[in-house]
Order: sequence, then C-alpha cells, then structure tokens
Amino acid sequence: MTEIRPLKIAVASGKGGTGKTLVSTNLAALSSHSTASLLVDLDVEEPNDFLFIPGELELVSDRFKMIPVWDQNTCTLCGICSKVCKYHAVIQLGTYIAVFKELCHGCYACSELCPMGSLPMHPYKMGKISKKNFDNLTFLESRLEIGEEQAVPLIHQTHALVNEKYGDISVQVFDCPPGTSCPVIAAVKDTDFVLLVTEPTPFGLNDLTLAVETMRKLGKPIGVVINRHGIGNDDVEQYCLKEQLPVLAKIPYSRQIAELYSNGNLAFQQVPFLENALRQILSFIQNSVKP
Amino acid sequence: MNEIVILSGKGGTGKTSITATFAMLAGSDAVIADCDVDAANMHLLLKPDFGKSYEFYSGELAVIDQDLCTRCGLCKEKCRFNAILFSGRQYLVNPLDCEGCGYCEIVCPVQAITMNSRLSGNLYISETKAGSVMVHARLDIGAENSGKLVAKVKNEAKSLAVAMNKKLILVDGSPGIGCPVISSLAGATYVILVTEPTLSGLHDLQRVYAVIRKFRIKAGCIINKFDLNLTKTIEIKRFLDDAGIFHLADIPYDIHFTQAMVEGKTILEIPSPFKPLFEQIWGTLSEQLNH
Repeated sequence: MTEIRPLKIAVASGKGGTGKTLVSTNLAALSSHSTASLLVDLDVEEPNDFLFIPGELELVSDRFKMIPVWDQNTCTLCGICSKVCKYHAVIQLGTYIAVFKELCHGCYACSELCPMGSLPMHPYKMGKISKKNFDNLTFLESRLEIGEEQAVPLIHQTHALVNEKYGDISVQVFDCPPGTSCPVIAAVKDTDFVLLVTEPTPFGLNDLTLAVETMRKLGKPIGVVINRHGIGNDDVEQYCLKEQLPVLAKIPYSRQIAELYSNGNLAFQQVPFLENALRQILSFIQNSVKP
Repeated sequence: MNEIVILSGKGGTGKTSITATFAMLAGSDAVIADCDVDAANMHLLLKPDFGKSYEFYSGELAVIDQDLCTRCGLCKEKCRFNAILFSGRQYLVNPLDCEGCGYCEIVCPVQAITMNSRLSGNLYISETKAGSVMVHARLDIGAENSGKLVAKVKNEAKSLAVAMNKKLILVDGSPGIGCPVISSLAGATYVILVTEPTLSGLHDLQRVYAVIRKFRIKAGCIINKFDLNLTKTIEIKRFLDDAGIFHLADIPYDIHFTQAMVEGKTILEIPSPFKPLFEQIWGTLSEQLNH
C-alpha cells in the first residue's frame, strides 16, 4: 500500500496584518469543498482563525511543557543547578532554589545533573489545542496562555499532534505567526510550501524581503500573494520579478472584503475574484509540490 | 521620565505609522525606540541615519570539534531540542534548533563541545528627520532571544534619554503577547493600544490588555479605521469602558494614510485634513501622562 502524504501549506508573512488570516481561512474552506482539508492556527499568541469558522470550539487537550520543581527536603544546596542553567531560570537565593518557569526552556540539564534528584521535572500548562469541525474542514487552534513567553514548544507540539492524529487529511493549511524569528521557523518547519502574503506598500516590501530571506535560508519553496493590490505602488511586484519569485495571486483591494473580514465572515463565496485567486493559488501549489 | 509603549496585539493595525506621527510631533524632545525588532519598519518613515552600529550577541551555540569527538552520541541523546544530527558519521549541530542550553557541553566526556556566543543582530543609534535620537535593531534571520534584543534597545534608549535629559521615550512594540511584548513593557509608564474595528482586532486587543493588566500599567486606546465597521467600533468602546482603558481617539479609514506611507512620510508631512486630529490626540495624551 502506498502511503499518501498530505500537502502541507504554510501561510506566513513578515509583517502582521497583511491578510494571512484571510488567506488561510478562505483557502482552507475553499479546499474543503472538494477534498477533506485541515486548517491549523499556529499564530499561538493571537489566534484569530476560529472567528471565521462556524461552530463551537471544543478542547482537544491542554498542552504542557516540563519544568523543574524544587524538592527542598533532599536538596543539599550544592549549587550545580543554578550554575548550569543558561537562562537564569533556576537561581539559588541563600538556602532557597527559585525556579522561574516562564524563563525555563525545558533542557533538563538542572534536573538530570542534580546529584540528589531534587529537581524532578513536572508538567506546567503553557497552552491548549482546540478543535472545530465544519463540513469537510477540520480546524485546530493552538493557543498560548496569557503571560507565557515562549511560543515555540507549543508550536512543535501542535505539529506533532497533527502528524500523529490528522496525517490522513490530504490538504493542510497552517496559519503562521508574523515575523521572522523562532516562532515562524518552528511553524513552517514541517511544511512543503510557504505562501507569503504581503501588501504593495513600503512596509509590506520591507517585511516581505526579510521573510523571503528567512524561507530561502530554510530551503522552502515559496510563492507570493499580493493582497490589497491597487493601494500603494508596484515595488513589491518589481522585487518579485527581480528575485524570480512566483506571484500566485493579486487580490485587489476591496472594501467589501474588509467589511466581511471585520465581521468574522469567510469572504470567498461572496467575492468571486477572491475565490478565483484562491483557486489559482491552490492549483499552483498542488502542481509545484511533487508528492 | 515618561515611557510610552505602543502595542496592538494584532499586526497591521497602524501601530508604526501612528508612532512615527507622534515622533514627528515630539520632535527632538523624545527618544524613539523601535522594539518591533522582528519586522522593524519605523526607519521607513523616520529616515534614521544609521549613524552608529553595534553587533548584538545573545545566547550561545554549541560547536562540536570533530577531531576530539569520539562519536559516543551522548550529546544527541541528551539534547531535548533535537538540535544534534548524526550525518556522514559525524555529530553536527543544527544552529536553527540549538537553544544554547549547554547541556551537551557539560555531558561530553571528552570536552569536544564548546559553547560560542552567538551574533543575533545589529543595534543602531541614529538621528531621525524629526531631530530625535532613535534606537533600532535588526534581528538576524531565525535568531532566538528577540526579547533580549528588545530589552537591549529599550535600555539603550533609556540611558540616552537620561544622558540627554529627555523626558519622553516612545517605544514601538511588536505584535503578539509573547516574549518581545513582555520585554517591551518593562518600565513603561503608559501603553497606547492601537486597534481596528474587526472581530480579530477586538479579540487581540483583549489578549494584549490581559498582559498589560498584569504589569498594572495605565492604558489608552486609539481605534484606527473606526468607520470600517461602526458596530464593531461600538463594541470596542464598550470593552474599553469595562476595562477602564481611556479612549484616546478614533481615526478614519482614509487613503491619505496609505499615500503618506508609500511616500515614506507620516500623515503630517503630506497635504491632508488630519493634522489637527493628531495634534489633538497628542494634547490629550500629554494630559493623560500628567494626570
């Protein structure tokens, strides 16, 4: 039996607010009309996709990271733990070992190097994964707890859960966090194609340039979507031409899309040019990623 | 000294354009800090001269000396970040996955691993076209520790403000609620939240406000593009009332703002009807700070 590998599409952008959520939600919903599709919201700090998918979210599981917890009864205050921790998450204060759980990266060094076993690792809740089903679309949301600083472990766990439980869904769309640093790298890591959503403005271009450099460094195939086409100037198009980046679609600026978006509605069924643009994007990716 | 941090939760709400406009109004009285180090855009509007540049080192990276390595594999076994690969009969560190915890260095029986400090980006101290000093940065692609670079940018801005006897620091923050945002809030005296009347805008505003509340910092809110969806604008105002956030202003949805950005200018520098509105917001803000 040949195993069918799902097509994993990451939707990213250097700059926030360019239309990542619009493209992710509408692309996944459109795709679900012809084939079983999965949408995963990996913008764990500010997940928004659920606003656009009808139905109630139900909890799949709370997510934990492992952090050390001090056992003062067995501790001899040798100081090894605070010496090995590079993140200043374990600090010896007189006769007390303080653990700053938000700073802990979960490397286990303090716990495993403690000669007395006085820092056993315990689970600590950093976020949760929830789910909605809408016809042929399965939606997963990964959400970071307020005050928690590190998005990366939660993003890794979400990818692992998708691979384990949802590997049979053939089209998978991942809405990634903005930026170019560690959370984005973690979010696009397991994907086959990165769709970069930008806008034709100097901010859009500057952040697109950074995002392109990032994805090239990771060796990811990329395509660009120019959203709100018609505002601003054509520098983004010139840049794509010069860099030989495929522009998969230009979505014209539209107040109708902005209004539908503002009310949390999917827009493609009411805006034919958006639906066409999304079809172009899907077929380009399906043809360019060879199974 | 007043330190104002501008945040939004959601990206693309107009945070940077509004901050740059305030920077023009403040002129040489303020020190500007662009803490959106992941996707810094303020330089496109304020045209800093990149006068002084410093390398920024943060965190560490494991390096394996292949001549000393006995291929025992203990490092790979202990690494919780799967950053060590066995390839071509060598153990190699993937720099994008290494979190610099140093556990491998400690457990290596032949001391073949050293931890090197890691170049993560550049920090700049510039003079802007508004006559102010601006601290900004560029994070290297995929670099960790953007929170640390944010802290560095802020601390630098603060020492410059003290040295030059300036009474105001304007800080452009990142989107989201994670480590760079939390880092930018340390020491802030006032937070301006820039939102837009969309379901996503309100949702993200509520999440970022939950973070601010933990720091007990006074906050005011600007509703940008308020006329895009008046029902949502009313909902946002209701939230502001309930949360005790001061409503600073409503800014309309208008093509002049995009035009200004495309020209690399703030709204004050092109002919538009909005100059009085911003002067009024600036006045209200000063009252809020002295309140």
